[in-house]
Amino acid sequence: MGTTRAAISRRSLFLAGGSALALALTGTARAATRDRFRIGLTPVFLDNRVEFQAAWRAYLERGLGAEVTFVQRQTYREITDLVRTAQLDAAWVCGFPYVRNQEHMRLLAVPLYQGEPLYQAYLIVPSSDNETTRITDLRGRIFVFSDPDSNSGFLDPQVRLIRAGEDPEHFFARTFFAWSHRDVVMAVAEGLANGGSVDGYVWETLRRNQPELAAHTRVVGRSERYGFPPFVTPRSLPQADFALLQNLMTSMSNDPAGSELLAELNLDGFVPGDPGLFDGIRRSVRALNGS
Amino acid sequence: MLQNVSLRYKVPFNLSIAIVFAGVVIAAVLIWRSYDDVRDDLFHDSVGLGEAMNRLLADSLKHDDPWRAYKVLRAIHSSDDNDQRTCLLLRPDGRVYVSSNPRRYPMDARLVGLGPEGFALEALIRDRAGLTKPILVTIDGTRRPAVVFSIMDGGSTRGTLVMIYPESVFTAARDRVVRRVTMSTLVAVLVLLPVAWYVGNRTVNPLLELARRMDDLGHARVDQVQRATVDSNDEIGQLARRFNQMLDELEEKEQLERQVVVSERLAALGRVVTGVAHEINNPLGGMLNSINTHRRFGRKDDLTDRTISLLERGLHQIRDTVSALLVEARAERHGLSPADVDDVRTLVQPDAAARGVGVEWENMLFAELEVPATPVRQMLINLTLNAIQAAEEGGRVICRIAAVDGELKIRIRNDGRPISEEEMGRLFEPFTTSRSSGVGLGLWVTYQIVRQLQGEVIVTSEDGTTSFEVRLPLSIEEAA
Repeated sequence: MGTTRAAISRRSLFLAGGSALALALTGTARAATRDRFRIGLTPVFLDNRVEFQAAWRAYLERGLGAEVTFVQRQTYREITDLVRTAQLDAAWVCGFPYVRNQEHMRLLAVPLYQGEPLYQAYLIVPSSDNETTRITDLRGRIFVFSDPDSNSGFLDPQVRLIRAGEDPEHFFARTFFAWSHRDVVMAVAEGLANGGSVDGYVWETLRRNQPELAAHTRVVGRSERYGFPPFVTPRSLPQADFALLQNLMTSMSNDPAGSELLAELNLDGFVPGDPGLFDGIRRSVRALNGS
Repeated sequence: MLQNVSLRYKVPFNLSIAIVFAGVVIAAVLIWRSYDDVRDDLFHDSVGLGEAMNRLLADSLKHDDPWRAYKVLRAIHSSDDNDQRTCLLLRPDGRVYVSSNPRRYPMDARLVGLGPEGFALEALIRDRAGLTKPILVTIDGTRRPAVVFSIMDGGSTRGTLVMIYPESVFTAARDRVVRRVTMSTLVAVLVLLPVAWYVGNRTVNPLLELARRMDDLGHARVDQVQRATVDSNDEIGQLARRFNQMLDELEEKEQLERQVVVSERLAALGRVVTGVAHEINNPLGGMLNSINTHRRFGRKDDLTDRTISLLERGLHQIRDTVSALLVEARAERHGLSPADVDDVRTLVQPDAAARGVGVEWENMLFAELEVPATPVRQMLINLTLNAIQAAEEGGRVICRIAAVDGELKIRIRNDGRPISEEEMGRLFEPFTTSRSSGVGLGLWVTYQIVRQLQGEVIVTSEDGTTSFEVRLPLSIEEAA
């Protein structure tokens, strides 16, 4: 509870002096201890739009006064490992690896989605399936997860089954990983899987960007609200670089270019966030381990 | 029925039929070949795809990553316009690992449970167990072609890739080829048909002309039938040449026959005339003697004198006529000399002058010939006077007299009205004349003389020129 209070006070502080601080810090970009930032990206967002990434990278480079490299890997685990070993200076990861690797990771920024740093996991089925209303209706079917290190795409449905008294190992006839939320939607939309669990933010963004794909799926369940997949840094990242990055991200919504990028991301902005946001995921991890 | 159709239509028609038939055969062969080509292409494309995707699919099987395999199969599924091939990746136990059409072939499903097509496919793959070579099969029932390809990983089989094609890959390719071949065949036939008609007509036309001439021969006189055109040396050309030759021979024969008829008639006429003349001459001589005797010794009175005188004039006229009919070329002491010929010219000159006809006289004789002068002179006079009479006013008569190759040749030509066919047949008969004056014995006499001197006379009358040509042998063999 203590951490939560601290987070609130820090956030209040930021909210109070946000604009002035951001302007002040823009000028201190030269304070970075490195001329290159390696930032890991995972499919917690729609990571397949190259042009958007280029624009975002350019924006970050301008803000940081340093070269920015985006690093993408097929699995969350690879990015997580790179952060743990400080081969990345920052990464956008899921809350699940964050809570499991908290001793190595420092919370940099949490996206604001629909005004809050929270999101839900969606249970989706093909739009042709009119019968399924909850995950337990999918017994003996084929289920698609996104990534074994994803909260919304793996942890949440597992825990939901455990809480329903089911054994997730044997509940489905077959499960497989699609390695990204977008592909989970595709696997369900095309009938390869009878159901899937997906990041609600990604599904909503897809519905905006690729309505024909999302339209082939139907959301039958929404989870509790979890802390949004955060940006983290290795604990070893120098404070100056951390502050530079954090201030740049949290001030994105304050300038037109940043706002434009945020609009592309379907986000409202970034806040420094608080580790307490991820308590829901921590409870899920405990439920999984206890099972 | 067809055998009654003219060659004019039959030959080009048959050529056209042959061209159309050839076009159809070529089209059929091309279409048949294209089916094989499509099959081969399909197989090779599929094997190529299988080889390209083998590593990815083997890995995804090895790491149990169906999503990766699915993405590969989806890519193959719609990689070209092959209408959409359905790809199945089967596990070694024969179940579906993943397919490009998961609604129809869901993950983990057994093929046998997937309808008749799955059933047939399962049997095909079971039969193939243990083999790794790719094969092209046709699925029973649906007739859909499928390529079965083993996914190999370091020498062992990880799974089986089945690419099922819609039957339309064949039908579409076949339709495409049929359309193309039909079009080009049609164009070729359309181009060749007029050529066929032209060539056919060219071939047949000489034959048709020959047939028309043959037909004419049945209806018209030989000399009125047109000769066939000979413009080649092939069978038709030979035929035309033979036909023309036959026409010539026929014409010659007909002419000969006409001459024979004419000369036989003249001969018969001559015998009759001679016989009658002798029969008349005998009593005539007696009658004339009786009149002489009566003049000398008989009583005289006016009536009797007038009667006797009338009888005598009548009998003299009969004797003149009869002696004119009885032409006799008696052997004479002297032969024909150049001067005799010139005499004739002098004799006919007044008649020629009277009609204003120019006489060209070519006397090519240089010495006396062994032909009797008197009958030849008479003949020459007759012919020349005839020619002068027949020539137009102010016309021309050409006389040429020459001794060549043991013959005396007399040729007299004149312009003016030609002798008609009808006149020609009776030309030499006595009392035949086209003129108002004269009794018409001139040509009769001429003919008798020529006959007695064992010569011949040839009359031609055409193109405004009439020609009498007399040939007399210079040494007459004494008739037996």
